[in-house]
Amino acid sequence: MNLRAPAWLDPWLPSGRTLVIAAPFAFLLVFFMVPFAAVLKISFADVRMGVPPYTPIAELRDGALHITMNLDHYATAVTDPLYVGSYLYSIEVAALTTLLCLLIGYPACYLIARSDPSRRNLLLMGVMLPFWTSYLIRVYAWIGLLKNQGLINGFLLGAHLITQPLRLYHSNWGLLIGMVYNYLPYLMLPLYAHLVRMDTTLLEAACDLGARPWEAFFSITVPMSRRGIVAACLLVFIPAVGEFVIPEILGGSNSLMIGRVMWDDFFVSTDWPSAAAATTAMVVLLLLPIAWFQRIQRREMGSG
Amino acid sequence: MKGANKRLGDAYLALVFLFLYVPTASVVVYSFNESQLVTIWSGFSLKWYRALANDREVLAAAWASLKIGLATACAAVFVGTWAGVVLNRFKRFRGLTLYTAMINAPLVIPEVIQGISLLLLFVALQEATGWPERGMFTVWIGHTMLCVSYVAITVQSRLAGLDESLHEAAEVLGATPLRVFFDITLPLISQALISGWLLSFTISIDDVLMTAFLSGPDSTLLPMVVFSRARLGLNPEINALGTLFIVLVTVGVVIGNHFMLKRQHRLDREMSLALSQGGRGGGDGSPAVLQGAQDESTTRHRPHSIG
Repeated sequence: MNLRAPAWLDPWLPSGRTLVIAAPFAFLLVFFMVPFAAVLKISFADVRMGVPPYTPIAELRDGALHITMNLDHYATAVTDPLYVGSYLYSIEVAALTTLLCLLIGYPACYLIARSDPSRRNLLLMGVMLPFWTSYLIRVYAWIGLLKNQGLINGFLLGAHLITQPLRLYHSNWGLLIGMVYNYLPYLMLPLYAHLVRMDTTLLEAACDLGARPWEAFFSITVPMSRRGIVAACLLVFIPAVGEFVIPEILGGSNSLMIGRVMWDDFFVSTDWPSAAAATTAMVVLLLLPIAWFQRIQRREMGSG
Repeated sequence: MKGANKRLGDAYLALVFLFLYVPTASVVVYSFNESQLVTIWSGFSLKWYRALANDREVLAAAWASLKIGLATACAAVFVGTWAGVVLNRFKRFRGLTLYTAMINAPLVIPEVIQGISLLLLFVALQEATGWPERGMFTVWIGHTMLCVSYVAITVQSRLAGLDESLHEAAEVLGATPLRVFFDITLPLISQALISGWLLSFTISIDDVLMTAFLSGPDSTLLPMVVFSRARLGLNPEINALGTLFIVLVTVGVVIGNHFMLKRQHRLDREMSLALSQGGRGGGDGSPAVLQGAQDESTTRHRPHSIG
């Protein structure tokens, strides 16, 4: 404890405060920010056979520094129909997922937040428990429900609602159901936190003044929980764009999301520069929603 | 009218919970099914559990994943707590915006992006220095990166909800910042640390993308095995494995929650007791959480200064 540096070193040593801040800062910098530099670097390289499977960008040849930057992969990433189609499809799926999660989750959060405290904790734990259960197993579980001989089709056939089994497994429907199922808790937790903190006196005032419950809900509850809604939606939308496991297990062969394209670039065609260019394109695509999310989070922390 | 509305609400909630729990319940039920065709019930049997116990690939992968999971959970709690405390205690320093951004962004950034970029960093590093080889170490770093933000945010929000006066009291009583942290802060946020640890462990144990990108040829981890089998469709052994998982986690969370709630009640009671006595201007009933900070400093300061 009493390790002291010699006094003459003092002005050169960082203060304890600086060190305490610098340690986690450096960790995040090295393992979160610096990797993006590596992505940028490799996105300008060329594919080659060998280890590593890309060419160097800067080379010292005959005493001169040669810098070769290949922009082809970017051209492909923004014009090739395969890439562009997968961005659009990913955004479509993510947006639909977010919307459905909101439509299902908002009323549920509202009901939980308004129920009596003893029940509230139990219900909240019910929402949280899926977080702890294996994500992979929960996605896998849907195969058994969605298959042609699965539970859903079995139920519908048994109830004579359909005569032919619906094609759900390995289809866009299966993908969407799996996405909503998996992301619903992500939406519900932050939304619930907002709704439960909300001041109810305004609602009571509105009701006293003769507003119908529905009017009060749309003119007071919804506007007041706007920030919570946006944060929760972004928490679903952004990661959903890059989802890989769910389309891979439940989606069809035409459910080509960007995560899959990147995976194939990497593991199937070993085209690392293309994967890196697609990564950069994806970061640029998501920059705006991420910045929005950051702003909300910062305000939350400030007020929390 | 009111009663009808309430019943409607309850029915809706029941439907939502049905949606959340029927899939997992079906995994559990069908893990005891005798038939190879998972969704056709042909009788109760434990044979898939026996098959699992003899599946060397799964056992080896589970063992490796267990080690990575434990290492990840510990590292994530260590780094995440540190990061969260800095976020809470230091309101102003150069680079604060970047710092908060680096903590918040991993919560939403798609894992493919993080996985590819970390892999490319390690490859570039290996090219330059010959280290690190892709394997357990790189997976460990990747998994830790996935979890650090969760821990940091949990810790920071728990700290934000704490009563500042406890820290001030300890400082007034002459405790060094390090001592304040270990004797006051740490016990008070232990709940956040435990849940962060458990969450990190579960994230690590079934993460597909980071593992796929960062693991080398030497290490086959459990999520990779489960994923490659689930890709092929239903597999009764995976049902059995999933059931073990679900049972373990549910029991763990329920027990953990029970104890945390109990502890929280005790802390709250002691706190209100201490505050009420302090308000009346005396008494030796100091809260347990302050005991550590006091035992050394009481000789120099009078404990009554807390109130």
